[in-house]
This record gives sequence, structure tokens and C-alpha cells, in this order.
Amino acid sequence: MFELLSFGDTGWGDDLLKGVVITVQLALCSVALGFSLGLLLAITKLSSFKILRWTAEAYTLFVRGVPEFLILLLVFFGSEQLINSSLAAMGFEATVAVPKFAAAVAGLSLIFAAYSCEVFRGAYLSVPVGQMEAAEAVGMTKMQGFLHIRMPQLWRFAIPGLGNLWMVMLKDTSLAAVIALDELLRVAKVAGEATTNPLLFFITAGLIYLAMTALSDILRDKAEKSAQKGMASS
Amino acid sequence: MSVYQDAKYAVSDAACAALTPVTPDSFGQFCPRFIDGFFVTVELLVLSCALGLVIAISVAFARLSSNMFLNKAAFVYSYVFRGTPLLVQLWIMYFGLGSLGAENLGFLWPLFKEGWTIGLIVLTLNTGAYVSEILRGGLVNIPKGQMEAAVATGMSWFQSMFHIMLPQAFKIAWPAYGNEVVLLMKGSALVSTITVLDLMGQTRTVFSRSYNLEVYAYSAVLYLILAGMITLLFKFGENRMKTG
Amino acid sequence: MKLKISALATAVAVTISGMAYAQDLRIATEAAYPPFNEKNAAGEIVGFDVDIANALCAEMKRTCVIVAQDWDGIIPALVNNKYDAIVASMSITEERQKSIDFTSPYYSNYIALVAKNDSGFTMDDVTSKSIGAQRSTVASEWAEENAGSRGDVKLYDTQSAAYSDLESGRIDALVSDYLPAVDWLKANQGFGIVGDKIDINDKIGIGLRKGEDDLKAAFDKALAAIRENGTYLAISEKYFGVDIF
Repeated sequence: MFELLSFGDTGWGDDLLKGVVITVQLALCSVALGFSLGLLLAITKLSSFKILRWTAEAYTLFVRGVPEFLILLLVFFGSEQLINSSLAAMGFEATVAVPKFAAAVAGLSLIFAAYSCEVFRGAYLSVPVGQMEAAEAVGMTKMQGFLHIRMPQLWRFAIPGLGNLWMVMLKDTSLAAVIALDELLRVAKVAGEATTNPLLFFITAGLIYLAMTALSDILRDKAEKSAQKGMASS
Repeated sequence: MSVYQDAKYAVSDAACAALTPVTPDSFGQFCPRFIDGFFVTVELLVLSCALGLVIAISVAFARLSSNMFLNKAAFVYSYVFRGTPLLVQLWIMYFGLGSLGAENLGFLWPLFKEGWTIGLIVLTLNTGAYVSEILRGGLVNIPKGQMEAAVATGMSWFQSMFHIMLPQAFKIAWPAYGNEVVLLMKGSALVSTITVLDLMGQTRTVFSRSYNLEVYAYSAVLYLILAGMITLLFKFGENRMKTG
Repeated sequence: MKLKISALATAVAVTISGMAYAQDLRIATEAAYPPFNEKNAAGEIVGFDVDIANALCAEMKRTCVIVAQDWDGIIPALVNNKYDAIVASMSITEERQKSIDFTSPYYSNYIALVAKNDSGFTMDDVTSKSIGAQRSTVASEWAEENAGSRGDVKLYDTQSAAYSDLESGRIDALVSDYLPAVDWLKANQGFGIVGDKIDINDKIGIGLRKGEDDLKAAFDKALAAIRENGTYLAISEKYFGVDIF
């Protein structure tokens, strides 16, 4: 039975490994984009423009109340339609095919922007106000205070939350299997169907996900510890 | 079951009769499907929440017990279910174990036959794992002295856990628990991949016939309503706890 | 700016392919729909669609290259000029005709109900028992229309998932395209087709970019020729034992 998992022409080991690579790429790309969007969203939420603030609030509310699966499908089916109809509106006749990987990254990062935004906002507010007042007192501008005092500390407060989100992201990449992107779970499904042994392949996939989250768990603990260095324990 | 089913359909038809005049055509045309699906989502959510809570409490107790075996077993269960994607868990059960068929699964087959029961089992086990962790977090934050005092007054370990520790753990964990229920609701949409016609399943079916993206927007609104209801329910509970 | 360049590039590509008529003809198929198109153990794309495509190319005296493309991206990639024709058992539907053109049909598709032989499943059971089908297929539309509102229809993301649930007994019957069902039955004893195949007036054509009228005419002419000279019949009998036109 386990020869099915071997590498080479007869086994599915190399295919599963390719799936893992795509899963990790998907998670990394979505995390990078999602966290950047999240930071932007957090700044928007802290801005003094009411309309901006409300739009950002409405966006997070939407993402937090609607299934990830729905959002992913909406982006998958909607992005092509949106791009092509706006191209047509601008007078271009060309049509664009959005690759599945790009659609998946777009969907996942839109979701994670909403969650990471909360983490960033929480971290921002964790920096004591007294420090900012002190910064101004020593003659820093608001911007300087933000860049030199708040930002460097923001990461320390945000690391536990972001670490959690990374693991959620790793698991959520599996949703891309439903749009037939050849990531780990989809490879396992195809292999299971081809060999009529789905149980073996799904359990293998499950164990690989478990290994990836366990590894992330360890790395997060390390990152948290190093972020706490030199900080007064609360 | 069938009386219940009929009642559900009657409510759904009545709701649609009321909604159709005030909603867009592309919704009205498929309205009973959306509402039927909405009910299935609510059913799965309520049942898995209730059953999951029972599991979560037992597992949280086991994690704190001094029995090494119970302790380890509870840890492994919660770690495995929190460390793997819900979609993988659903597919292992439905396509994986389910592929063994009636002959191999024997008396368990009725549980594996329908996507609905598998969905319920997996959602229950999944939320049980997360909630047990939330409760454990609450329990370890209660000063140790309380437990010792309770035992000193003659309560058994179990009694003191249940009557003294658990209510306080819930108070601490309440907001996190509310978040988890919303996440569970969102996760439940994945049962549509194992043939369950929950709200998401109906949505995807309607979409595959009309290719109209509005379908997803209607479904999103229904999910948002449900999320809003859950949030309100938990806010209400929080206020009750504060005054009580 | 990028958009402008890509639009320009597409325009240039279209002109080039229009000018260099004698170039290789690129034909896409799904390679996942046996026995019409599939990858064999050696990784070659084979099947009825492939044989027909090659016969048509020979008739048109053009060299053809067959490429594999996933189903859900098969139309956009045609429109984007990644290939020139789709020969992938594609049903001619109004929806698709909005974005691409079709040649005249090269075969007719029917659907069929498949059930366990000893189950005693009849056409009348469609409304009371559980039936399965693949989502977004003509078969699933038939199932939903005929099972009545709130009938027990299970929808699957892939055809093979539907078949494996039929085998395990989770569903009582399965609605699928007729010829692939016949192919599946060869390898699965104990199952059979309920009643007769069902005619849903489903015609299969070759997909082409809009406005490629010369190519469309060439395909239609070649199709008529291979119908005439027996090449089509030979291919059809090789796979199905009968003429499926």
C-alpha cells in the first residue's frame, strides 16, 4: 500500500511534494499581500476621515461574517468578470484569464487583510500613550514618533496574533483545492481517485498539514520569545 | 422527521412568499433554495455547537486531570483537530473512510452514508477541539486557591470543577467562545463539498445554473444576518452574566 | 500601460495567426473525459475527440498540435489565442455561443441513469430515491428538473466522486453522459443503465474564436468529408461499436 507514496513514475510522493510546494507558496504570497493590506486597513481605521473609517469597518465586518469559502469562490469567479468588463468599459477588446493561483492569492489575502488589521490595531493600541507623549515632548513630530517609537514596537505586540493567523492561513490554503488548484489537498484527492485509495492519501495530506502547523507553532514560540526580549514582563 | 421536514419547508415557502415581492428577481426565483439551505446551516450549527460543547468541557477537564493517559489523549485530540484543515477532516471522513463502504464499516455505515451526518460529526469534533482550548485557557487563569477551597469544603474534584471553576472559565472565555461560534458557522459552508445542501451548497447549485454572481451576494447577506444574530446572542449573554 | 501593451500584443498575435494560415493548428482538449479524451499511461492524449481532430486535420491538410487544458479555463484560453480550436466534447449552448463560435455538431450526447442491477430502480424512482450527478453539467440539470422540487439530488464536484458514491451505495442512481457511462460499466460489474438513454437534444461541436469564419468553414467541410468517406464511422466504431453522429 505504501509504495503508492514513493517517488517516481509509479508513486505519488513527488506529486504530493509538488502540492506541498504550491501550498507553501500560496500561503506565503497570501500572507505577504494580506498583511500589507491589513496594515493599510488598520491605518485607515485609525484615520480621522469618517468615510474611510466606515468603509474599512464595513469591510472587516463583511469578511468576519461571510464564509472564507464563499469569498474565495466569489473572487475566483468574479475577478475575471470584473477585469474583463472594466477592460471592455475602457475600450479594450482583449480578455484576461486570471490564473487560479492568482485568484486564490487574491481571495486569501483579502480575507487575511481583515483579520490581520485587527491584530495590528490591537498592537497599535498596546503601545502606551505616555510613550508618544514623551516622544513629542523631546521634540519629535507626530510622524517621527509613529515611525521611530510606535512602529518598531508594533511588531512585538503583533507577533503572537500574526503567528496564529499564519497557521490559520496554512490551513485555509486547502480551500483552493475546490477551485482545482493543484495544492496538497487537491493532489491527494486526484491521487485517491486514481488509485482508488482515498483514505491513504487524505490521511497522508492531513499528516503533512499537521507537520506544517506543528513546525509553525514551534517557530512562533521562538519568535514570541525573541520579541519579548528586553521588554518588561507584564 | 418528516413532520419536521414539512414544517421547515412550509416556513421556507411562507418566508419566500413574503420576500419575493420585495427582493430582486434573481433572488426570488431561487428563494426557497436559499431559505432551505439557511435552515440546514442553522441546524448543523446549533447541533454541532451543543454537542461540541459537551466534548469541549470533557476534554478541558481531561487536560487538567492528573491522569496521564486522559491528559495525553485529550491533548492529541485537540492538537490534531486544530492542526489540520477542516476541509481535510471532512474529506477524510466522507471520501476516505466512506469509501470503505457498507461491508467494511458495518453498523457504522448509517453514520457515514449521508453527508449531513458526517458534516455534523466533523463540525462537532472540530469545534470541540477549539472550544476545549478556549475553556482550558479560562480554567488555568482562575486562581488555584479557589479549587483548593472548594475541595476543602467537601466537594469532589469533579463537583468543584463543574460548579466553581467552569462558570468562571466561561465568563473569562465568553468573547472568545462567541468568536469561535462565528468561525464554526463560516466553516460549516465546507459541508457543501460533501453533497450537503446547506446555504453554501444551495448557493453553488444555483450559481452553476445561472452563472450569475449576484447569487453569491445574496448568500453573503444571509450569512451576515446569521453572524449578526450570533453576535447579538453573545452580547446578550455577556450582559446577563454581568448583571447576574 | 501594461494593459495597453497586452491588448496590442493580442491584436498583433491575432493578425499574425490570420496571415500565416499554413501554420500549425493548435487544438485543445481536456484530457480527462474518457473515452473521448484522456491521458494514457504513457502520458499521450488519446480518445475519440483526438482521433476526430486528427482526421479533420488530415482532411484539411494541416498539421495539428493537440494540447491539454483544464475544463474551467478552456474557453478563456481559446479567446486569448493560446490555441485555435477546442475539440473536447463541448456541448453547444447559448451561454457559450456568447463568447465563442461552434462548428456544426460532430456527435450527439445523450444522458443515462445508472443504478445497481439488483436494485430494481426504475424511472419512476427518480422523484423518491436519491440520485447523484456532477454539478454544472447537463446531467445535473436533468436530475434537478426531474426529481421535483426538493427531491433528493446529490451534486458532486467531480464525476468520479459521484461514481464512487454510487458504488458505495450512498446514492441509488447516478445521472451521467451516456457514452462515458457505457465506458464505466465495462469496468464495473453489477451496474446497468436504467431504461434507455435519454435524449436531451445535446449536440457536441468544435469551439472556435468568434469571427474565424474561414476556419469554421474548413472544419465543416472536412467534417462532411470524413462523414462521407467512412473515416468518421471507423473511428466511432473503434470506440463505441456504433455510429454516434
